[in-house]
Amino acid sequence: MSVSGLPSPLRIWSSTAVLGLVLSTTGLATASPLPQRLGETGLYADRTLTTPARDVLAYTPQYPLWSDGATKRRWIRLPPGTSIDAHDADAWVFPVGTRVWKEFTRGRRRETRLIVRTRSGWVYGTYRWTDDGSDALLVAAAGAVDPGSDPARPGESYVFPSEQDCRSCHEGRPTPILGFSALQLSADRDPEAVHGEQPGPGMVDLGMLVDRHLIRGLPASWRARPPRIESSTEDERAALGYLHGNCGQCHNARGPLASLGLDLWLDPARRGNDTHRVIASLLGRSHFQIPGQAGPESRRLTPGAPEQSAILVRMRTREPTQQMPPVATRMVDAEAARRIEQWIQELPSRSPR
Amino acid sequence: MRRRVVCILLPLFLACPVLAREPAPPPFVPPLPNLSAEARRGEHLVVIGGCHDCHTPLKNGPNGPVPDMTRMLSGHPQQFEVPPAPALAAPWMMVAIATRTGFAGPWGVSFAANLTPDPETGLGNWTEQTFIESLRTGRHMGRGRPILPPMPWEIVGQHTDAELKAIWAYLRRVPPIRNQVPAPRPPMAAATPEATGR
Repeated sequence: MSVSGLPSPLRIWSSTAVLGLVLSTTGLATASPLPQRLGETGLYADRTLTTPARDVLAYTPQYPLWSDGATKRRWIRLPPGTSIDAHDADAWVFPVGTRVWKEFTRGRRRETRLIVRTRSGWVYGTYRWTDDGSDALLVAAAGAVDPGSDPARPGESYVFPSEQDCRSCHEGRPTPILGFSALQLSADRDPEAVHGEQPGPGMVDLGMLVDRHLIRGLPASWRARPPRIESSTEDERAALGYLHGNCGQCHNARGPLASLGLDLWLDPARRGNDTHRVIASLLGRSHFQIPGQAGPESRRLTPGAPEQSAILVRMRTREPTQQMPPVATRMVDAEAARRIEQWIQELPSRSPR
Repeated sequence: MRRRVVCILLPLFLACPVLAREPAPPPFVPPLPNLSAEARRGEHLVVIGGCHDCHTPLKNGPNGPVPDMTRMLSGHPQQFEVPPAPALAAPWMMVAIATRTGFAGPWGVSFAANLTPDPETGLGNWTEQTFIESLRTGRHMGRGRPILPPMPWEIVGQHTDAELKAIWAYLRRVPPIRNQVPAPRPPMAAATPEATGR
C-alpha cells in the first residue's frame, strides 16, 4: 500500500512535523546555527541565486540516491588551504568548515539541502525555494509539508525532511558525507549504473582532487587504477552499486546497525574480496516477514527467487512500516526494482549463511 | 511529673509516622536477583513507566486478566491468531486485543515488541545506542520504520540519558524469551469508517 493510500490521520501522525510543532510550542526546539536564507550560505556568487560561487566544486556520484525522480545538483566547498584526509579510504575526514549542498528539482527547484561541519559537529538543514525561485528559506528543524504541491504525484504533498531524518541516514556510518567518496568519484564509472549520469564539464573526480591538492592519503595506485566494484557481471556491478548508494549508508559494518550483519557498503580498498562479502551478508536471514509467505522466517535475498527476497519486496512498497529505504522516498524506484529483480533471478544458487 | 509525661509521650509522638505509614504494595514483578544499581533503577522505571501494560501479555486469572509474568516483556504472543480488527464508529478510535498486546486504530494494527534479549526475536542484537535512538526518534533502531501507536515514544523519549541507559541495562537482564511478534498490518486491515469513508 502506498503512502498516498493512508488515511490522513496516519499521515499526520507519521509526520515528524507534528512532534516538531509540539517541541517548538513548548520551547524545547533549539535554534539552527544555519543562515535563514540559502543565499547566505556561500553557494552562490549572485543575488539571483543562479551562478555558483567560484570556490564551490560541482560533482555527481556514479551511484546516486533515489529521490523520487527529482533532478539533483551537488556542490562541495572546502575552506581555503584545507584538504580531505583520506588515509582511511573508506571514511574520509573532512575539514571543519566543509559545506555540501544538494539541490532537488521537480518541475521547479523545490529544496536545497546543506550539511556543514562545525567545530562542535555536523549540522543539517534544508531550504525551501519560493514558487518564483527568487529565494530559498531555511525549513524548521522538525521539517515541513507543502500540501498537494508535488508535481510528480498529483494531489500529494511535498515533504521537507526534518533534521532527525537527515541524521538517520547521514549518521549511519563514520562519515556523514555519503555521495562524495572514493567509489562515488572514481574515474572508472559504471556505464550501467541505475540512474547514472556522466559528470558535466568541470565536475570533480578523484583525480582532480589529487591534482588540486584537495585530498591526501589516497593510495597512489588509484591514479592508474581507479576503484571500481569488482563483480562477475555488469548487472551485478550495477546492482551492488545501487545497493551501496541507496542502502549502504545505514547497512554497513561500521555504523549503529552493524549488529544486524547486513553490510552493503562497498569498501574500495578491499577490491575483489568486497563483493563476496556483501553478497554473503545478503544471503542471511531477514527479520522482515514477507507478506503472504508461510512461516516467520525469510531471507534477505534468495538467488533465483526475487519474490522470496526481502530486500526486493521492501524496495517495491511504500507502506511506511515495510518500505526500504524507510525515509526520504515516497515513490517506488521501478527501474531499480526491475534491475535488482533481474540480477536476483540470474544469480546462481548459493548456500545461505 | 511533667517531665515524666513528656518522656512517655514524646517517643509515642515520634513513632506515630512510623506506626501510621501505609504498608508498601507488593512488588508488581518479582525483582530479578543480582542486578546492578543501574539495572535495579531500570527495573523500577520499567514498572512505573507502564511498559508491562503492553509488552507483557495478559492471561486469565481467578479474578480476571492479569499480566503473565512467565512471558514478561516478550510482547504479543506469536501463537495468538489475530483476526481482522472490527470497524469502529466515531468517536471510538482504537481497540485492543484480549492480551493487551495488539492494537488497532487509524494506523492499522500494531503489536507490542519483544523487549527481552532473545537474539532472534527480541532485542538481542540491538545496542544501547539503537535502543536510545529508537525512543528519541520514534524510528525502529533509530533510523528504520516508524514506531506505531500506541507506543508513547514521544513521552518515553523524554527520559534522561541515564534513565534510558538504566532501562536498557535492566532489559538486558530479563529472561530471554523466543517469541516472534507479528509484523504490523497496514491501515486497510483495520478500516474505520473515517479511514475508508464507508
